[in-house]
Amino acid sequence: MKNPFELNELRDSMKSAVALRVNNSAAVTDSADEYTYRSNVLVCGGTGCTSSGSAKLIETLRREIAASGLEKDVKVVPTGCFGLCALGPIMVVYPEGSFYSMVKEEDIAEIVREHLKEGRVVTRLLYQETVKDGVVGDLAHTPFYKKQMRVALRNCGMIDPEDINEYIAMDGYQALAKCLTEYTPERVIEIISASGLRGRGGAGFPTGTKWRLAYNNASEQKYVCCNADEGDPGAFMDRAVLEGDPNVLVEAMAIAGYAIGASQGYVYVRAEYPIAVKRLSIAIQQAREIGLLGSNILGTGFDFELEIRLGAGAFVCGEETALMTSIEGRRGEPRPRPPFPAQKGVFGEPTILNNVETYANVPRIILLGSDWFSSMGTEKSKGTKVFALGGKINHTGLVEVPMGTTLREIIEEIGGGIPKGKKFKAAQTGGPSGGCIPASKMEVPIDYDNLVEIGSMMGSGGLIVMDEDNCMVDIAKFFLEFTVDESCGKCSPCRIGTRRMLEILEKITQGKAELSDLDKLEELCNHVKMNALCGLGQTAPNPVLSTLTYFRDEYLAHIVNRKCPAGVCKALLSYFVRPDRCKGCTMCAKVCPTGAIYGERKSPHTIDQKICIKCGACIDTCKFDSIIRQ
Amino acid sequence: MVNKKTNVPFTGTKVQEDMLLNVINEHRGVKGSLISVLQKTQDIYGYLPLEVQKIISENTGIPLEEIYGVTSFYAQFSLNPKGKYTVSCCLGTACYVKGAGKFYEQISNELGISTGECTPDGKFSLEACRCIGACGLAPVMTVNDDIYGRLTSEEVEKILAKY
Repeated sequence: MKNPFELNELRDSMKSAVALRVNNSAAVTDSADEYTYRSNVLVCGGTGCTSSGSAKLIETLRREIAASGLEKDVKVVPTGCFGLCALGPIMVVYPEGSFYSMVKEEDIAEIVREHLKEGRVVTRLLYQETVKDGVVGDLAHTPFYKKQMRVALRNCGMIDPEDINEYIAMDGYQALAKCLTEYTPERVIEIISASGLRGRGGAGFPTGTKWRLAYNNASEQKYVCCNADEGDPGAFMDRAVLEGDPNVLVEAMAIAGYAIGASQGYVYVRAEYPIAVKRLSIAIQQAREIGLLGSNILGTGFDFELEIRLGAGAFVCGEETALMTSIEGRRGEPRPRPPFPAQKGVFGEPTILNNVETYANVPRIILLGSDWFSSMGTEKSKGTKVFALGGKINHTGLVEVPMGTTLREIIEEIGGGIPKGKKFKAAQTGGPSGGCIPASKMEVPIDYDNLVEIGSMMGSGGLIVMDEDNCMVDIAKFFLEFTVDESCGKCSPCRIGTRRMLEILEKITQGKAELSDLDKLEELCNHVKMNALCGLGQTAPNPVLSTLTYFRDEYLAHIVNRKCPAGVCKALLSYFVRPDRCKGCTMCAKVCPTGAIYGERKSPHTIDQKICIKCGACIDTCKFDSIIRQ
Repeated sequence: MVNKKTNVPFTGTKVQEDMLLNVINEHRGVKGSLISVLQKTQDIYGYLPLEVQKIISENTGIPLEEIYGVTSFYAQFSLNPKGKYTVSCCLGTACYVKGAGKFYEQISNELGISTGECTPDGKFSLEACRCIGACGLAPVMTVNDDIYGRLTSEEVEKILAKY
């Protein structure tokens, strides 16, 4: 590809390949070509649905379509994530937009025969929220999608991530072309600054400011880096972008390279994301082949190359200075700032580092303008944010909402509330660096500053919901175990401080703590927060501090009453049989690994507290709800 | 992070060594490629014994202590041989709040090993991982590349029996 005109030509010629999905209509027959089909069947090939067996579905689907002689009419497109992972595998048929959920292999034949051949939608197998009184409605009106606004995820679940042409058909690489031909690097930075885009990786640093700092530092060689080392447990936003729309990252990084004057980029991806790595490699390869990466891109004289570096499993490498050290092939330990990466980053050269979701916003901002972007969101947090909903929530999955949406809207409306009629207790954002938000803060509009104010942080966007069965002391301990495990050991406040904090939390959950331990814990938290070298250590106390603020009564119950109100902390629990409910079915006695349960058949059983190891096997087995834990 | 030195004797072959030298040559001149080399080396040998780290040091000029510093820092690198099947139980937050801790204990009890260890017959090794991003299916475990979601304790038993 030698100039922007060729890019436009390619885009126009590929429009028909995605027309069924974009226009929701088959009205492209007058310009029918090799890319025109009667139907497109999109099957999610993200990690969630792949784990639910979607790869096999695709195979079966292709076989059935071939057997019905429909190859020329129906195209099967493996895509990235649709967001509704809880109901995977997901399959969508266009132009109708019929959304089939939890599809099983044995359903395929029926869908092919009825829907693809005869044109009769199999209502029974549809996502039932789209069906009302037997009438199939629009997916966009279902509670899960209604309040969502897809910017970073706009192509996920729409295009084939392994085909750069489909990305180009969706106006892909137009933003890069526009920057290279119409804007100076300064102008690009101005647009990004004016849009109000802030880093989506956690701290929310203004992206335009970061780019300007690197732009102002003159150097022969500068670097553009992408943090795709999504280490927060329970977060999978970046993975979804990489799996569903890898080209957006390639394009955005090239734009960033042009803006700051860098010709080399590195994407640092977790090795734990094999599908994402594969698709990103394909995207880079294809971009290189048609001249959208490499030297003299689109004939403008701009050179840019991109290389993938695989992470090797160290959480601390999500911290920017540690990540850069790791790209250099060394132990991923952070170092003090200044100098900031914009001054001395990878291999000692000026470097910018942004997260995947941040980049995913860039091409749209260039094409639609900074005013469009800043019209969404709150005063200080513009645009949208992707959240990974997990834990005790009905619609686990990926959602993208405008900044300023409340937690209640996300959890109750979009997320469909808590399963099994349980009560909401807390939502955890920001992973091991964040905090737990209680029910009383459900109405706070979510943005960077509000979350910090209520003791948590945006983080990369993991949002884990907890119900009344989760013990908040145990959750704090869980995160501390994580931090202790992942602390790199370079600075002592983090290495020693977090371990001492964990020891106090262990004492509390074992019922061996005194009230004075709480004061020590709080003091220690503040020390670590003030003195640790990097973000990992400075934020490690957050899970403890936020639970201490909002759930102090639970800590007190553990210490004063020696009880775990949620029934989680083993050492503080006992199991009892309720004689009024027990039918004497003997099931519990059979599964008990230590033989602690005895009793006559058909009469109430008893648990011998001396032998009971509190494994909970009996409670899982009992069909009559007659075993209690307290 | 458990990453103790191993007592298992090194049994590398000439073919493996040739593959390793190839990898080293491919990366010659690529800035900061030590981690990439080690990742590919682990694919060849299954783990990173000291003998192999010495070969890398001799052929790249990177001091052995620097290489050892890297291999012992990252969780992905193993100084111990792994079992034929690596069982990994996700202990990420989403899985944890859904009771993954219990399943980890169950797997650990059934296999008789804990994190980083390998069964004496060399069949299974056990790991606790932090989120593979399949949180929609929590709790999750993996055996080599196979992912199993929405675990129950009967399910765990069945999965282990399959191998």
